[in-house]
Order: sequence, then structure tokens, then C-alpha cells
Amino acid sequence: MTAGRDDKRADWEPVIGLEVHVELNTQTKMFCGCAVSFGDPPNTHTCPVCLAHPGALPVVNERAVEYATRIALALGCRMAPVSIFHRKNYFYPDLPKAYQISQYDEPLAVDGRFEYWVGDDKLSCRINRVHMEEDAAKLIHAGGETGRIAGSDHSMVDFNRGGTPLIEIVTEPDIPSSEAAREFLNQLRGMVQELGVSDVNMEEGQIRWDANISVRRVGSGELGTRTELKNMNSFRFLQQALEAEIPRQIAVLEAGGRIDQETLHFDPDTGATTPLRSKEEAHDYRYFPEPDLVPLVMDEAFVERVRASLPELPEARVERFMAAYGLPRYDAGVLGSSGPLARFFEQAARSGVDAKLLANWTMGEYLAHVNAAGIEPGKGHVTAERLARLVKLVETGTVSSSGAKDVFQLMIDERGEPEQIVEKHGLAQVSDAGELAAVVAKVVAEHPAQVEQYRAGKQQVAGFFVGRVMQATQGRANPKLVNELVRKALAG
Amino acid sequence: MITEDDVRHVAMLARLHLTADETSRMAGELAKILRHIDKMSELDISDVPPTAHVLDLTNVLRADKAQPSLPRHEALKNAPAVTDDCFRVPRMS
Amino acid sequence: MPGGGVDPLRLTAREAKRMLVEGEVSAAELMKVYLDQIERVEDKVKAFILVTADNAARYATEIDREAGASRGALAGMPTAIKDNMVTEGVVTTCASKILADYQPVYTATAVRKLWGDHVVTLGKTNLDEFAMGSSTENSGFFTTHNPWDLATVPGGSSGGSAAAVAAGEALWGVGSDTGGSIRQPASLCGIVGMKPTYGAVSRYGLVAFASSLDQIGPLTRSVYDCALLLSRIVGRDPHDSTSVRLPTEIELPKATTLDGLRFGVPREYLATGVQPGVRERFDETLMLIERLGGAVEEMSLPHTEYALPAYYIIAPAEASANLARFDGVRYGYRSAHADDLIEMYERTRGEGFGPEVKRRIMIGTYALSSGYYEAYYGQAQKVRTLVRRDFAEAFSTYDLIVSPTSPTVAFRIGERAADPLSMYMSDICTIPVNLAGLPAVSIPCGLADGLPVGFQLIGPAFSENRVLNAAHALEQAIGFTALPTFKDTTGKGEEA
Repeated sequence: MTAGRDDKRADWEPVIGLEVHVELNTQTKMFCGCAVSFGDPPNTHTCPVCLAHPGALPVVNERAVEYATRIALALGCRMAPVSIFHRKNYFYPDLPKAYQISQYDEPLAVDGRFEYWVGDDKLSCRINRVHMEEDAAKLIHAGGETGRIAGSDHSMVDFNRGGTPLIEIVTEPDIPSSEAAREFLNQLRGMVQELGVSDVNMEEGQIRWDANISVRRVGSGELGTRTELKNMNSFRFLQQALEAEIPRQIAVLEAGGRIDQETLHFDPDTGATTPLRSKEEAHDYRYFPEPDLVPLVMDEAFVERVRASLPELPEARVERFMAAYGLPRYDAGVLGSSGPLARFFEQAARSGVDAKLLANWTMGEYLAHVNAAGIEPGKGHVTAERLARLVKLVETGTVSSSGAKDVFQLMIDERGEPEQIVEKHGLAQVSDAGELAAVVAKVVAEHPAQVEQYRAGKQQVAGFFVGRVMQATQGRANPKLVNELVRKALAG
Repeated sequence: MITEDDVRHVAMLARLHLTADETSRMAGELAKILRHIDKMSELDISDVPPTAHVLDLTNVLRADKAQPSLPRHEALKNAPAVTDDCFRVPRMS
Repeated sequence: MPGGGVDPLRLTAREAKRMLVEGEVSAAELMKVYLDQIERVEDKVKAFILVTADNAARYATEIDREAGASRGALAGMPTAIKDNMVTEGVVTTCASKILADYQPVYTATAVRKLWGDHVVTLGKTNLDEFAMGSSTENSGFFTTHNPWDLATVPGGSSGGSAAAVAAGEALWGVGSDTGGSIRQPASLCGIVGMKPTYGAVSRYGLVAFASSLDQIGPLTRSVYDCALLLSRIVGRDPHDSTSVRLPTEIELPKATTLDGLRFGVPREYLATGVQPGVRERFDETLMLIERLGGAVEEMSLPHTEYALPAYYIIAPAEASANLARFDGVRYGYRSAHADDLIEMYERTRGEGFGPEVKRRIMIGTYALSSGYYEAYYGQAQKVRTLVRRDFAEAFSTYDLIVSPTSPTVAFRIGERAADPLSMYMSDICTIPVNLAGLPAVSIPCGLADGLPVGFQLIGPAFSENRVLNAAHALEQAIGFTALPTFKDTTGKGEEA
């Protein structure tokens, strides 16, 4: 498999795994009834439970379980018949109980698979587990210059975010390159968004990830020591961080050294990864089953209900577009990956117009238009139905492709109908063979030298005549027909 | 069986400051208690399932419906230190 | 005899309710009786961390103004609440310096139910700090004294509530029981105390010690009172995922015989360290059971000796996590001697927690730490299964299991404080019940050396009515009428 392999080295290959955290867009937090919110004044969405007051107890959010199950099923996981919560114990100001309620060795779901595309290659990444936990509160470091811990002289905690339902998705180390990692994340994010369980807004930290990266000699099959990369809050930074770390590890190993299993912090300003200097030793989380919560038993009926409610996922839709519309992978990918555009295309396709032609128009003129206008596909004057009718005009030769581009723009400007625009602006293609033959004859008669060149073997000179005919007809002649007539005339 | 180093390590995990005196006393007390607890290791019960919950309860869930949160002044009223409506803690660096 | 012929040392809630409903006494008058008694004996007993006298008096007056139907089911009953249940508007300390000034932002469900019934809260009672102890000597503030002999402990950890009820400073009270903390003080103070089935009463608002073992329960002067109070606090609470609706409602007990009931006496509970006087009272009570028609038989709960070690891993392990939230960040004490966060954590907790709490946090943390989980916590959870199975097996033959509640009568203050392990042994008869999550009640069955002896009845899960009825019948037959004398043998050495 050559997909996206870092071209830098052919003898070493990176082995990448990801741990992705997704904040759910439920109404309330994972274990209490406080509203999940973003950007509200600090500490306005708290209660005894999420502030960990003495005597407070957690109660599981039903919808969070449903949403977690959606994600797990969409990733093809096996739902555990019984799963439980565990306490993960450590001290930090953003963790009010000094333990996080999470899942440990009996998680919600295991053994899934996510298929994704890197260029024309389809890759598969195994999913180790999907589990539920609660998010930490927000910590702000103050008194220093950078807003980071180093140099700060105090910190402040806002518990609004604390307790938000968090889904953790852990992959096996199946990702073969930094580019693949980026694509994986991008497409995973798209899928989660389509599931409607999270807004996956990266700026608001609703999707976060850590990467585990090791390298090995190609063909080795063994896993090297891995490092953990943290704090990459954009896909670009992820790729950058990996592209910094991979060569670093290779260099160390080639020099005969060993990789230390450490956590590296990515600095977006320098693009470098540095070891997290911590006063403490590695965490001993002292996991034990959460006594305040009872086990979750997966009911077959519930699982089927959730499965039935899954929307068509992007990957499946892309495959379907390829099959149903005979589209190449690239076209299906552009059109099928995003819900609104896919629905727009399908609606237009119902008109029966040529699918490939429609695809070209949708990916080309239409997509450029909605992007420039900042509107969602399906909105605005160019409805699916209108676009379909315009493409039909091209298909039937009523209008030439370049003419149609003008029609498209005029249609938007004048908020008119395509047929009407063609009529009004006289953009109809001339397809009358008789009429065109006369023009062809005229042009041929005017250029005997080129006729000689053609007959001598320079076939491409036909283009010259076509051009002249197009000129003579102000571009309205049907180019295909002109081509035919020119060759006929030249053949003599 | 449990050394003063062990005590110091566990105290660190538990974020408990112990004086030197407390540390040495604690080592002795814990050792004695653990010796008594070790009685359990007499039993060969590898195939006995552990009890995490005495109740046979499962699937206790809550509807995803917002409930009133604490007014902010209530949330902050016991705070040892407050800055900008946030709980303030000493430097973490 | 204090106001209106009411003797606070004798009055039962049953009788008080009748008097209040029939207008024989007003809530304000009744409240005054108890406040007067507090004034009379509290400096000797020291049962209360906080007496909410003004509020109580004012509230009692309001209740008197309420007309009959709008009065709560327990309107006007003077009640003591153990200070590890959060009460909005009233400081809740858990007898710990780390919460000395803590103002709760909500109220425990069980207390809210009692307040909904219009009980009058006398105050918050003393306990071993965070409920860790069997004598109330571990309180971070002061020790409570047993009204039967002020030189002795009232038991623990609900020693304050037990002493208050025994001393006539409250009509009744609520406590919490994790390894015997209601039953053992009830036994040492000569009153009734019950731990219901795990899950019967909501733990929301009970400051957690060991989440899988804790339960709230009544401390009362009679079994009937116990059933009355219990009936008002049980029930499924949406705030507590481990709370359940009882399969049957709590009945007010009426039984007068024990005909047809089979009683099992586990020989393991009589094996170690039971004082002769306690054993005599216990054996006499067994004979009484037979006279009442019950069949008594010695039997075995074979894994009893492992219950104590298992408890002393499970409880501290859960506690070590439950008490980690006391870190000086959001509420409670914060040390002033800290420059950075870690120092703040360590000093806050080092200065705020007492020695027993620290010991248990240390054991718990150790038992869960890397490499030790299976040997300690894992093993303890398996022992727990064996203890449960022992009881399940026993209950297929016996209707109730009985034992002395505590192997000894009240011991002297300071006698066991130096040896934590000897303190732990006080709970040998009560701990297995918590591990199995079963209901159990302690009733006074006599005196030994002038100090009360408790008799414990244990039933299968959710058999509260069976347990309470049997206890009621037995209580009537025992006819325990002795009252504490508030004598003080301090400095007089061991009681002869």
C-alpha cells in the first residue's frame, strides 16, 4: 500500500494511532442536569454534582448513551453486552471530584473499523474501543505572558464545561502516514457530524485528539516504542507535528539510540514537539469500578433502534453514488461526502439528466457559486430543479457548454429560468445543419492554403476552421456539429 | 512490609502532607493493619466473581432535560479564593 | 418532670405524635422540653456540633399555627441529624476541620423528606470525622460522652445522634451506617438503631464514606418509632442511581409473637472477644425468643473472619476516592501555607484531616495503587461475594439471623484510641451486614455492668417488615426500661 506514505524515507514507515475525544451536543451534562453550553459567563452552569460538593451523586444521561451507541455502530463496533463505569483518580483543579468517571476494561463498544480515503486509495483503520466519560472543566492560567502554565502565577477554573459528555474513540496503530492521519480525522469528523451527535467544532474544542507515533523499518512488522503527541488543535498542526516527530524518531534510531516513551507537547508557534516537563511521575490512576453507578446492559431492541436511526454515512453514500450514477471515485467523493450537497445532487439527478454531466456542473459552476455566495447547497435561486434543467439544455445541445456558463450566471443575476434566459439573450446554440454547412462552406472557400495543409496530412488544421466558424457565428454554433461539418467539407 | 518510602509515595498519590513523625508512625500503623488484612490471601478464590454492586440494578438513566443550575453566587459562595467569577488556585508551574 | 408531664428520656415518637395530633402538647412546648434538656445535660454529653435552638423554636411556633391537614406527617417532632448529611442553610462539618465552615448548597434527600414532614431540627450531631470510627473519638472537634457513664464512649460513628436520643436531648434522630455506625452506637447507648437494605434510602446528600456500603437510618427509643421514621425516608430518588423503591411499604410493627420464625445464631459472631455480661444478656434474649415461639439454632457463616479484612480494604479504598474532592479548590478549608498548587493540596489535606481519616485514605490509596489492586481490592471484592453467599445460604433456612450487636459494652474514652486495630474489632458483628447490603436493627436487651447491651436482628434484603416486626415483639417482651444516669466514673478506673 502506497497511500500517502511519507515520501521522505522508503526504508522506514510511521505507525500511528489516534485517541479522539468528541464532545456530545446533548442538552445536559453526562452525569447531571446542568445545560451543556459554550461561551456563557463562567460558573453559570454548575450544580452540586458537577462541582463535586459533598454528598453529590452522578446519574447517567440517557441520550449520551444513545449518541455513544450511534458512534459505536457507525464505526462497526461490537456493543458490549454489559459495560460499567470506572473511577480514574488523579488531582487537578479542572477535575472537581479528583477522579473522572470514565470506562476502563468494560467499555461500551469494541472492535470496529473505519474506512477512509487518501487520494484514490481506500484505507481501513481498526477501532479498538469507544467509551463514555465526562469532560474536565476549563482552566485559565494567568499572570504570565503566554497564557500557559509556565510563567503563570495563578490559575482560574470555570466549571461550565466540566461534566460535558465526552466520547473517546481509540484506534489501533493502523494509520500509515501523517497525511493519512489528517484524512482519517477529517473524515471521522465528517461522519460524526452527519450522525448529529456533536457539532465537532474544533475552535470550541468539541473534537480533540492525541496521536501515538512510532516508526519501524519497512517490513519489520514489530511495533517500536511510541511517543504521545498532545495539543494539536487543528488538522494542519496534527500533520505538522507528525512530520516533525517521524524524522526525529528515525534519526534517533539510525544513530543507534532508543526512543523514550514520553509525552510530547506540540508548539504551534515553533512547529516543534517538546517533552512535557512535569514535576510528577507518570499517573497511577488507581482505576476501580464506580460504586455510585450501576452497569449498563445493552438491550438488543435498543441497539437495533439506534442502528435503524443511523443516517446514511458519507462512505456508504459515496459508494452508492459510484454505483448508482456510474460516477468515478473522485466525483462521488466530492458530491457524496457532505449531506447538503449530496441531497442537492440527488434531487437534480431525479430529472433523469445525464449523471456525469450533472456531476461536472455541480462540482464546477454550482459549487463555486455556493462557496462564493456563502450559502448552503440547496439554498438560493439555483435550485436542484433549475440546475437540472440547465444541464438538460446542454445535454440536448440547445445551448453550448460555454453558452450555458453565461446562462448560469444570468439566471442568478436576473433570478430567471434557464430556458427563459436562453431565449431572452439569444444564447441558443445554432444546430441547423443546413445553416452551418453554408457557413462552413464559406470559411473553407476563404482559406484554401489551410485546406491544402489539411489534405496534406495536418489534421489539426481542422481546428482552425472550427474556430473561424465559431467566430462567424458569435460562438453560438454547435461545436460538435461544426467539427463534423468541417471534416466532411475538408474531406472533399 | 511497608516502608517509609512506600508511605511517602502513597502520601504523594493522595496529596497528603505528612510530617516526618507522622510518616514513621504511619508506616508502623499501616503495616499492622495490612498484616491483619493479609488474612484474606489465605483464601484461594480465583474463580469467585467480585461484587462491585450488591443490588441487581442496571440501566438507571436520566432523561436529557435541563434542570436549573446553581446561581453563580451560590456556586462560588464557599470558594476559598475567587477571581473573575472563577475559582482561583495557586500557581501550577 | 419537665413541662407538661413530658419526660424527654422516655417519650417515644409514637406517643409524641399522638399528643401533638390530639393537642395535648404544642410543637413549641415539645421543642422546649428538648431544648431544656439540652441545656441541662449537653455540656456533659456533648452530642451536638451545632444546636439550632432559635430556628427550632421559631419553626415549632410556625407549625403550631398550621392547621391539621397541612401539617406534615411528622410535624413538630424534635429531630437530631448527624452532621454528615448536608443541610442547606445550616453549616455541615462532618466533624472535620476541613469542612468547619462549609455552607451546603443543597439538602440531603432523606433530610428533605423529613423537613417536608415538618420535623423540627434540633441540630447537627457529632460523629467520628467523615464517619470513620467506632467511638466518636475521631471527631475533629470533641468527643461525645455516653450518658450511661460519661467516662465511656457512645460508640460511633453516629455517636452524637445516639447519645442525644439516649440523653433525652432529641426525640429521635438519623445517622449513617457503613460498618455498624448506627447499630453499634445504638447498642452502646441503649436505644434502637437500624441500617436498612442498601438502596432503600437515598444517599444523595450523605457525605460519602464508602459508597457501596453507606446507608442512612433511624436512631430511636423504640422499634415502632424506628419503623415510623424509616417509612418516611425510604424510596427511589432520581438523584441516586443506587436507590430503589422498596418492593413493599414499611409497616408500623404490631407483632407480639415470634411463632413459626427460625432464628440462626452464627457461631463465628460469638467466637471472639464477647464480654461475659454481653454474652449473658444475649443468651437470655435467645431464651426469650423461644418463649415467644421462635426456634433458635446455632449455625455458621463460614467466611465471617474474612469480612473484617475485606471491609478494611473496600471501605478505605472507596473513601480514598470519595475524600479526594476535599482539595481546597471549591469549598472548605484551604491551607495558608502554600506557594503552589501541589503544596496547597498537600497542606490543606494534611492540616484539615484528622489522623484516622489520613490512615484510611492511605490504606485505601495503597490498596488501589499500581500492582496492588488484585491482591487487595480485587481479593476483597471476592470475599464480599463469599460473605453475601453465606447469608443467602443461611436465609434459605432461617428467617432471621441474630447476634450481639457489639462484643462489648461501652468502653472507656481513650481506651482503644491508641490502637486502631482494636477499634476496628468493635464492628466484627456489624460489618458483614454492610458487605452483604442487608437490613439489620439493634435493640437494647439489658445491662451488663450497668451499661447497655444491644441485640442485633438481620434479615434478607428488603425484609424490613419482617425484621421490624420481630424486633418489636422481642422489644415488648424484653421490657427494657432502664434510663441513663449521667454518672461519671472518670478517674475511677475500670468499672467492677
